[in-house]
Amino acid sequence: MKSYIALILVRFRAGLQYRVAALAGVTTQIFWGFIKIMVLEAFYGVSTVVQPMSFAQVVSYTWLGQGLLALLPWNVDPDIRELIRSGSVSYELLRPLDLYSVWFVRTLAWRTSAVILRCIPLFIFAGPVLVLIGLQDIALTLPRTFEALILFVLSMTVTVAMSCCVSALNNILTMWTLSALGPSALLPVAITIFSGMIIPLPLMPDWVVPVLRALPFSGLIDTPFRIYSGNLAGKAAIYAILHQIGWTIALVYLGRVLIRGRTRRLVIQGG
Amino acid sequence: MPQIVVRNLCKTFRITKRRSGTLGALRGLFSRTYETVYALDGVSFTIDAGELVGYIGPNGAGKSTTVKILSGILVPDSGVCEVDHRVPWKERTRHVSRIGVVFGQRTQLWWDLPVIESFELLRDIYRMDSQTYRRSSAELIELLNLEKLLAVPVRQLSLGQRMRCDIAASLLHVPSIVFLDEPTIGLDAVAKLAVRDFIKTINSERGVTVILTTHDMDDIETLCRRTLVIGNGHILSDGSLADLREKVSRERRLILDVDGDPAGVMDDDAKVVAVTGHRVTLAFDPGTVSADVLIGRLLAKHRIRDLFVENPPIEEIIADYYSTLDADG
Repeated sequence: MKSYIALILVRFRAGLQYRVAALAGVTTQIFWGFIKIMVLEAFYGVSTVVQPMSFAQVVSYTWLGQGLLALLPWNVDPDIRELIRSGSVSYELLRPLDLYSVWFVRTLAWRTSAVILRCIPLFIFAGPVLVLIGLQDIALTLPRTFEALILFVLSMTVTVAMSCCVSALNNILTMWTLSALGPSALLPVAITIFSGMIIPLPLMPDWVVPVLRALPFSGLIDTPFRIYSGNLAGKAAIYAILHQIGWTIALVYLGRVLIRGRTRRLVIQGG
Repeated sequence: MPQIVVRNLCKTFRITKRRSGTLGALRGLFSRTYETVYALDGVSFTIDAGELVGYIGPNGAGKSTTVKILSGILVPDSGVCEVDHRVPWKERTRHVSRIGVVFGQRTQLWWDLPVIESFELLRDIYRMDSQTYRRSSAELIELLNLEKLLAVPVRQLSLGQRMRCDIAASLLHVPSIVFLDEPTIGLDAVAKLAVRDFIKTINSERGVTVILTTHDMDDIETLCRRTLVIGNGHILSDGSLADLREKVSRERRLILDVDGDPAGVMDDDAKVVAVTGHRVTLAFDPGTVSADVLIGRLLAKHRIRDLFVENPPIEEIIADYYSTLDADG
């Protein structure tokens, strides 16, 4: 355990160095947040039927997505891609550690360091700052109930684990394709759309919603954000969290099976 | 009982052949052709604890593949491989905590971290107790003269400095076996000497078994009493460099400084290798003609100021050996 914690701390500290990148990211994400909310506002303005989410819920859902974007496992850790591409991955196998766990904790540290740098300024802006300048209609609000907050924290914790599993899976796929371009080109599309990052899943056409809910991707965005915004509560929220946990376990299992098969047939690049 | 046992080890790689040009690349989308490369084709040897063994061979001969199998990274297709009674790839995590590996062309240090932080991270990764770590790191820092480098981020080190740090990193956890894969590659003369001295010291004082792959024959000549030569996936020779010399070429060189025109210096039993100024280099086989007979004949015919007999440089012998391999296929 001590070994893995040491690895987390090193990667986390390294991640915190990229402050300028984080600032640029926050600016972009605020900009996109406004655009998304304006589009949704226009949509809610002309809609004649009652939508499955209130406008206030959609606003919170959107700002959370912008603030926690760095958690979404849409890309491969550049360090790991480089390790595989150059063949230095052999040094990873020389450590008396389990490769899957190493990649899991690396991603954990990488993503959490990135998200902490980005979400704090963004949430301050989307919450108190927007309220102060009179834009409370499109500001991020706190969860209505204490129960929602607790369930959100629980669900978010599973989301982080799930995100690391998907990233680890992505790394493992890189061992097949080397360049990581294939999965890297397909995964962002699947993940951003199916998770609810682009359009909140409840606003999707009725016939796809059950499919998207069943897929693992909804656990990355939709589940925790709907719990936060109050769209998902009580028993339904607990079932959704169980759905997340179930998929996370399945993803860990899949990743471990693949990595075992892959390391047996490993080819080290570059002699 | 040997520490490392390798018997009849085979490893093949399947390589996708790409046709050249755009059309070829398009055809490759539909039908791929593969080529099977025999990286190791029945390699056998044993190594005892405390040996310092050189492992040489031309590029692509299978040196690195052997090292990677011995360190548990690659799984062979067939054959036996045991290190300390363990099959490396089957008990990988247990195995790797007993070995140290340096791949000269890569670094195992964390690029953005100061050297000392990499060392501390390795301490945690190998779960070393603080006393063992302190003793081991202090010793390595002194032997490799790393004191001044400890606070420098790895990316700012020169190649020679980085290599010394990398070697220290591979030995921190006090392994009983180290695999050094081209540890002197790209180093200048001073850095090479430092690395060589160090290898000698850990082998003789810590009793560490060392397997050294290199293209630098001076490394082998100064360090290894035993050398394995691998080519085309087979072990071709196992013994001292002197044995190898004997096996490949028994040629000796006779170097003469003559008065007058060196062009006329020749003998039926010797071959002129080079003429520079007044110096003539002749090659002869001591099996055909003994040195004193040859020298006697030459002294009778020419005015010779100075002469000496030497072995051809080991580099040339190895180069000859490798080229005969290529010719054989």
